[in-house]
This record gives sequence, C-alpha cells and structure tokens, in this order.
Amino acid sequence: MGDLFTAITEWLRSILLGAGVPAAAVPWIFAVARAFLLGISGLLLVILLIWFERKAVARMQDRIGPNRVGPYGLLQTVADMLKLTIKEDLIPPHGDRLLFQLAPILAVMGVVGLWAVIPIASTAYGVDLNVGVLFLVAAGTFGTLGILMAGWSSDNKFALLGAFRTVAQLVSYEVPMVLALLVPVALAGTMSLGGIVAAQGGMWFAVSAPLAALAFLVASLAEVARAPFELLEAESEIVAGFHVEYSGIRFGMFFAAEFLHAFTIGALLAVLFLGGWQGPGAARYPTLGAVYFLIKTFLSYFLLVWARATLPRIRIDQMLNFCWTVLTPMMLALVCAVVLLNRALMDYPLWLRTGVLLGANGLVALSTLVLLGRRVRRARRAVGAA
Amino acid sequence: MVSDWAFIGIFFFLAIFFPLVPILAGMLLGPHKPGRVKAETYECGMETRGPSHVQFRASYYLYALVFLIFDVEVVFLFPWAVAYRQFPLYAAAEGVLFILLLAAGLIYAWRKGSLAWQ
Amino acid sequence: MTPDRALFLVLAVTGLGLAVASVALRNLVRSAFALIGCLFVVAAFYAMLDASLLAAAQVVVYIGAIATLIVLVVMLTRRELQDRSPQTHRYWPLAAALGAVAFVGIAWGLSQYVFFNMTPSVLPAGDTVAQLGAALVDPERFLVPFEAVSVLLLSALVGAALVAGGAKEK
Repeated sequence: MGDLFTAITEWLRSILLGAGVPAAAVPWIFAVARAFLLGISGLLLVILLIWFERKAVARMQDRIGPNRVGPYGLLQTVADMLKLTIKEDLIPPHGDRLLFQLAPILAVMGVVGLWAVIPIASTAYGVDLNVGVLFLVAAGTFGTLGILMAGWSSDNKFALLGAFRTVAQLVSYEVPMVLALLVPVALAGTMSLGGIVAAQGGMWFAVSAPLAALAFLVASLAEVARAPFELLEAESEIVAGFHVEYSGIRFGMFFAAEFLHAFTIGALLAVLFLGGWQGPGAARYPTLGAVYFLIKTFLSYFLLVWARATLPRIRIDQMLNFCWTVLTPMMLALVCAVVLLNRALMDYPLWLRTGVLLGANGLVALSTLVLLGRRVRRARRAVGAA
Repeated sequence: MVSDWAFIGIFFFLAIFFPLVPILAGMLLGPHKPGRVKAETYECGMETRGPSHVQFRASYYLYALVFLIFDVEVVFLFPWAVAYRQFPLYAAAEGVLFILLLAAGLIYAWRKGSLAWQ
Repeated sequence: MTPDRALFLVLAVTGLGLAVASVALRNLVRSAFALIGCLFVVAAFYAMLDASLLAAAQVVVYIGAIATLIVLVVMLTRRELQDRSPQTHRYWPLAAALGAVAFVGIAWGLSQYVFFNMTPSVLPAGDTVAQLGAALVDPERFLVPFEAVSVLLLSALVGAALVAGGAKEK
C-alpha cells in the first residue's frame, strides 16, 4: 500500500512474464502503457477541471453554475463535448486545409507532452529527463506553432491578426517564464524535475524564492492566455481571436488544451516551487507523495481560477510593456542575486541561506516597486500637465 | 528500462492520436450540408470588406527577435546554473557578467523605444 | 539492420524529403512549416545520440524562436504567397551534374577522414549537463567563448534596436 506504483508494476510484470512475453519486450510495453495512461488521464481530467472552474467561478459570482446535467452538474462537460462532436465539420474553403486540420492536434500535443516529465510521486512519472526543465519550454513551442497555423489557415484577417497578437504575447512572456525557471534549477543544481523535487526536502523553493514563484505564475498565466491576460481570445470579445473559424470538436480540442494547460501550470508550480510530492512521510510512502502532489496542484489551479473570476482584463499594450519593462529586468536581477547568494552561503546552514535569499527576494521586489512607482508617478504628472 | 528519449518519442507519437480520435469522430458524426453562407469568412456577421491583408507592425518582428536573443542566452545559462556550485564564487560571477551584458542590451532597446507596443 | 539503424534511415529520409519540400513547394507558408519539420528531425537525431541538452535546445531555439520568426515574417510581409517564378532554368542538367559531382566528392573526402568509421564513444559518467556547465565556466576551457557569446548577443540586440528604429523616430 505504501508504494502503490511499484506494486502494480511488479504485479503486471509477473502477469506478462507468466503469459510468455519475452523479457526484452516488457519495458517497451510498460512505456507504451505509461504514455497512454498519462495522456488519457490528462484529457479525461479536463472534464473535471471545466466543471470545477465553472462551479467555482459561479460561486464567486454569487450564482450556482451548472447543476442540472448529472449530480451537481458533473456531466455538464460531457454533454458539452458530445454536443461539439456532433456539430457539422466546417473547414474554410479558401484557407489551407491541411494546416487547418493540423493546428488543434499541435495545440493538444504541446500540452499533453508536458506530462511526460512531471513527477507525480517518487516512483510515478513518465521519464525523469535530465533536461526536464528545458523540455518543458520545448514542448511549449508546439502550442505557438499551432496558433500561427490556426490563424493563418482560417483565411480570416481577424484570425490572423489575433494569431499574431497572441504569438507576440506568448513570445514576450516566455522570457520571464524561462528566467523564472532558472531559479529552481540554480537552487537545486539540476535540470531534472525529479531532482528539483528531491532537492526540496529541506525547504520548498517558494520560501527561498517567492518572487520567482510569483513571476512564474504571472508569466505562465500570460502563456496560457488566461485571465487576466485573455484579451485576445476571451469568449465575450466580439471576434474570438485565432480560433474564430473553428467550430465543433476542433474548437473543443483548443478549449480542452487551454484548460489542461492551466492545470499543468498548477502542477508545474507545485513541482518547481511547492515541493511536488514532498511532505511528511512521502519519502517512505510514495503513494502519500502522489496525494500531496495532487493537493498542491489543485490548490494552485484554484488560485488560477480565483484570478480569472476576480481580475479584469489587461490591455495588450499594458501587458507587453509590463513584461518587457518590469518582469524581465526584475527576473534578470533576481537570477543574479539568487545565484550569487546561494553560492556565497553554500556552506552555511539551510535556515540562514533561506532567510538571506528571502531577504534578497524582498529587496528586488521592493526596488522594482519603487522604480515602477516613480515611473508611474512621472507618467501621471505628464498626463496631468498636458 | 526504455531510454529517456525513446519514451518521449513514444509519448508524442501516441499524443498525435489523442486529439485525432475525437476530431475523426466529429467528422463522422456531424451532418454534411455545405452551403454558400456557411463557407463565408466570419466578420461579425457582415460581408467581408477590404483586402484580406494584415498591416505590418515592426513590433511583432521585434518581440520575436528579442525573444530569440534571450532564448539563446537562457540555453547557455541553464548549464551554468547546474554547475556553478562545483566552483568557487568566480563561476557565479561570470554568469552574472553574462546576464548583465544582455541586460545592458535590453536597456538600450528599451530606451530606443523598440519595445513599446505601437 | 538494428532498430536504431532502421529508425535513423526513416528519420533521415523524412528529413531530406521535408528539406526538399521546403525548397520546392510553391506555397511559402507550407514551405516554412516543412522547414520546421526538418528541424524536428535534426532534434530527433540529437535525441538518438543522447545529446539531451542539444535536442532540447534545438527545439527551443531553432523551432521555438528562429522558425517562429521566419513563419511570422513570411505571413506578415508577403502579399502574394505563391512563388510564381519558374522552378527550373535552361541549364538545369548541368547544375544537376555539378551537384552530383560535388556530393560524390564531399562524400569521398569525408570517408577518408578519421572519424567517419568510428563507433560512438562511451559518454563520460555523470550528468552531461553539469559537465557542460563546468566546461563553460572553467577559465582554462570555454569561459572566453562563453562571454564572447554574450557580447555577440548584445550586438545582435543593439543592431535590432537600431535597425528597427524606435517610437521617437516614427
């Protein structure tokens, strides 16, 4: 019971070997099974996630949310997906047919691929790639390409414009996101996600570098184009951005990819900054570690849903200016500070290192706010004088 | 055990089919009644006016270019972040120098106004 | 014919096909995406060689940044996306012959090189990423190129800002 994953693996292995499967083929069968399981559970989880979000947002807006289809409205998403599936499949006749069909597939691949490297427990993960963090960034490029493909092949100038703006937003916020990813790598001394989680046994990185966690959260929100950064593809905007010409289950795939991406951001926040599967007793009982991981991921996802329900949308020029003039310099300064201090205090006890790093985070945040405040005041004075 | 990248290859190969199956189901299950109006470009319910061409904005290109430069920088910074602890403090300082040079470039581009969204 | 060899051949043929498509296709956007496919095949080669950092960096930099830039520019600047110029010209048999001779010559020349028939050496034990990082930071090894790269990137950034102009000059 303590290590459910290894137990199940060993039991399956004995069944396969007993059935006469050659021993060399068993790891391959397990690999295919693991890949299939990770991918399918991600997509099936989307059903739960959409329901959860609709209910949570509804309650925050003082209404009930879906409650008719199934108990507590749980089957609402199933009904929605079925409805989308039986819609007519419309493809713009003058657009690029092949690219139009390929785009939603790329969008989903980009998100599902992230789950290959996320450690759910110390013995439950797809593969512990030694360049896991860079792989996360690499898998994200599928999404960007899918958006460009979708906008282009729709033969609709609003879709194309929306695609360009979305890619500009994605590409801009990827810089602070990758810089924020440098911080846990620097603190753990490894790029593998399993290694980063293992290194948080003493202290979660959210305590040593809260500013990096915050920057990662903000940049990832912009990467997923979720509120408050969803100006370009929100449902209530008149022209829905790069996927305006998509209908039926093709649109459903974009929709599902976006929700799964948001959940994956929660999982990454948990893994990189909140200690992943670490917790009391998790080192000895990996199953408990998986429970901790799921709790932390859901709490992070709830944070994202909360942000969506509460915050107004930000204009694109405000968004991009904030990214390049505030977030990126702040993260550059933070990476320098964290690495220098971590190395200088490497031989000192953990609590001292954590405290000094925390102080450095606060200092960087404070100086950013002061400089920003000065700029805002100057701009306001200029507007007032005009 | 299967090698790391072999698993990734299998994973992405399978990942092609996860969205493909529902899309194929949609293509099979939906009605097929093409019409002239359905095939028109969507422009908030109005007829399409004007050429289907998007105005060129230098900002799109500039953001992608600056992103490229920082991307290459970060690819160099990752091995440094993994290995700086094996060395005395000067190793960390070298990476900081790397970052500061690029920060100087960022500040230059900022002051020149290239990063503003037009 | 081990499975590794078979996979390599399949990938190589796919990559070459995509590269030819990238040059030969008349639709510029499709040709750009064919280029992206070819770059993925190169990343797959790096992965097959266990060069994890290079494979990931190839996807992140080449496909995520450079190819995105190319696709963006192609979509933004071409009014007419069909390349209407002729695909061949009058002397194409001569050009093909020259190309074939060059290929044979280079292939023969490379086969005389010492590394052509080597089997892949065993990688040094330990985390390759950490070793790469150690090499980059060591003053006796790659420190100067490391800092030179940052100067190069700085000049690229300054150049981009200069060429594109700024808000005040519009």
